[in-house]
Amino acid sequence: MDVLVCLKRVPLAGGTLILTPDARDIETKHLGFGISPHEENAVEAGVQLVEQMGGTLTLLTLGPSDAEEQLRSQLAIGATRAVLIETDGQEWDPQGTAAALVDAIKAEETKFDLIIFGAESADSAGYQIHIRMAHALALPIITNVKSMKVENGTVSCDRVVANGREHYEAPLPAIVTVRDGLNIPRYPSVPGRMQARKKIVDMKKAEARVPKLEKVTLALAPSKDKSAQILGKGADAVPALVDVLKQIGAV
Amino acid sequence: MILVLIDHDRGEIDPLSLRALTAAKKLDQDVEAVVIGSDGAILAGIAGEYGAKVLHVASHSAIGDYTPMASGRALKDLVAKLNPAAVLAAGSPRGNEQLAHLAAFLDIPMAAECSEITLGRPHNVLRARWAGNLIESALVHSQLLVATILSFSTEPQSLGGPAASVVQFEPALEPADSVVKILSRDAGESKGGVTLNDAKVIVSGGRGVGGPDGFGNLEELAALLGGTVGCSRVVTSSGWRPHAEQVGQTGTKVAPDLYIAAGISGAMQHIAGMKNSKTIVVINTDPEAPILRYADYAIIGDLHQVIPALTSAIRAAKG
Repeated sequence: MDVLVCLKRVPLAGGTLILTPDARDIETKHLGFGISPHEENAVEAGVQLVEQMGGTLTLLTLGPSDAEEQLRSQLAIGATRAVLIETDGQEWDPQGTAAALVDAIKAEETKFDLIIFGAESADSAGYQIHIRMAHALALPIITNVKSMKVENGTVSCDRVVANGREHYEAPLPAIVTVRDGLNIPRYPSVPGRMQARKKIVDMKKAEARVPKLEKVTLALAPSKDKSAQILGKGADAVPALVDVLKQIGAV
Repeated sequence: MILVLIDHDRGEIDPLSLRALTAAKKLDQDVEAVVIGSDGAILAGIAGEYGAKVLHVASHSAIGDYTPMASGRALKDLVAKLNPAAVLAAGSPRGNEQLAHLAAFLDIPMAAECSEITLGRPHNVLRARWAGNLIESALVHSQLLVATILSFSTEPQSLGGPAASVVQFEPALEPADSVVKILSRDAGESKGGVTLNDAKVIVSGGRGVGGPDGFGNLEELAALLGGTVGCSRVVTSSGWRPHAEQVGQTGTKVAPDLYIAAGISGAMQHIAGMKNSKTIVVINTDPEAPILRYADYAIIGDLHQVIPALTSAIRAAKG
């Protein structure tokens, strides 16, 4: 079983975001970088599948050359090798990104049985790259899954919705996007880290395309800045809260 | 004309779709709606009430329950027939997914989670990024605008219009379009009753609850207020509560009348899922917790004392 996991290097923003002076990006001078939360689950799923069924796990990303750091740390979890499509550091639009990822996949000798994405990126949240790739590669796609099983050439998945669970299946090869909660991502072991240094990261270049979804500026979302009215301390404040709940009609 | 996808679950409307209809109405008086699957035809009344003149119903033997790629194909066929200026849908997982299939079929851009749209050449949108913490101003270079509407950015407005006239059509599906569909459903971890999506009151617990047992008090309070229990990400990743109850960017985004956050400090991704609640009450031992910036009222104290006291006080008030 040959699995591919797609990743994205994103800044690890804490509670507050700061913008660059041209308001086109987040100021990352004082931030570390990682991958999006759901993607840690995607890598873990890939590692588990290869442990159970044999085969290879390849990682693929598009980003600045610094994204090698994220690839190495995920190689340490147990991936076989990685491919980095190097950009000029500018953000690419979803169509350009999907096209470059598709080209890289088609150029691989390995024909992947399963391609896994995180359900959404932490930063741009465009909800479309995986679907564009499914169309370009003519593969079935199941999104937002919280459990996944591969058996007899079929991937079967559950999506959790408010009133229960929906069951989907697709024949391999297929694309799946996974959500936080799919599994518990492991930490890299010390030998894992050592091996990751020697694993292959193929560097590729791709031509940027004229964006069709063109970012102009970013702005911080207006915070309601409500500065909460403090009703008091501990259980003594409960009568004041009951009054509030009466006022708003909740009691 | 603006075409709006009304998403539905076996004939039951996703209320976020009504917000998309209202957003469309602001762009153009001429709004038509589309549902995928013949069981959506019963939504002609509500589609008309919120401003759609026509409800197009995509029917095909291969479309039963949710079949996202087939939705994309049906939308593509309808766009070719009607030539709308824009296709809009709710910025829900299903709204985003179905419109992404449409955009992929047409190889045109899609702008997800828009809070404002200005049609033009190019179109200009404001869209949410970073779990709603950043607003991106973006240009969309395509004749047809494909966009989803940020949840809770637009209040749905009933216009009291007459039922939309129903027009059936059969999309020209290819076999690959209906490979991925809902094959079966079960209750999973949910216990039935009020869900996060339709609860008017949510009592949510975080790390401060301390463990699975601590949620008993929250359940009791939620039941008393006619609501349901929610939780933060740390709670589900510790296995204290089922994932279906997780509120936030990686869980469910909610906007109830009352949100009580107990023992939740307020990570960016949790705030993204609940900041649109009408009234937010925080119970937290830490007076500096980030969640206080989004709260209307707060009690500084231990939820293990405050919640039981609140439950008995409400019982007493109800008589």
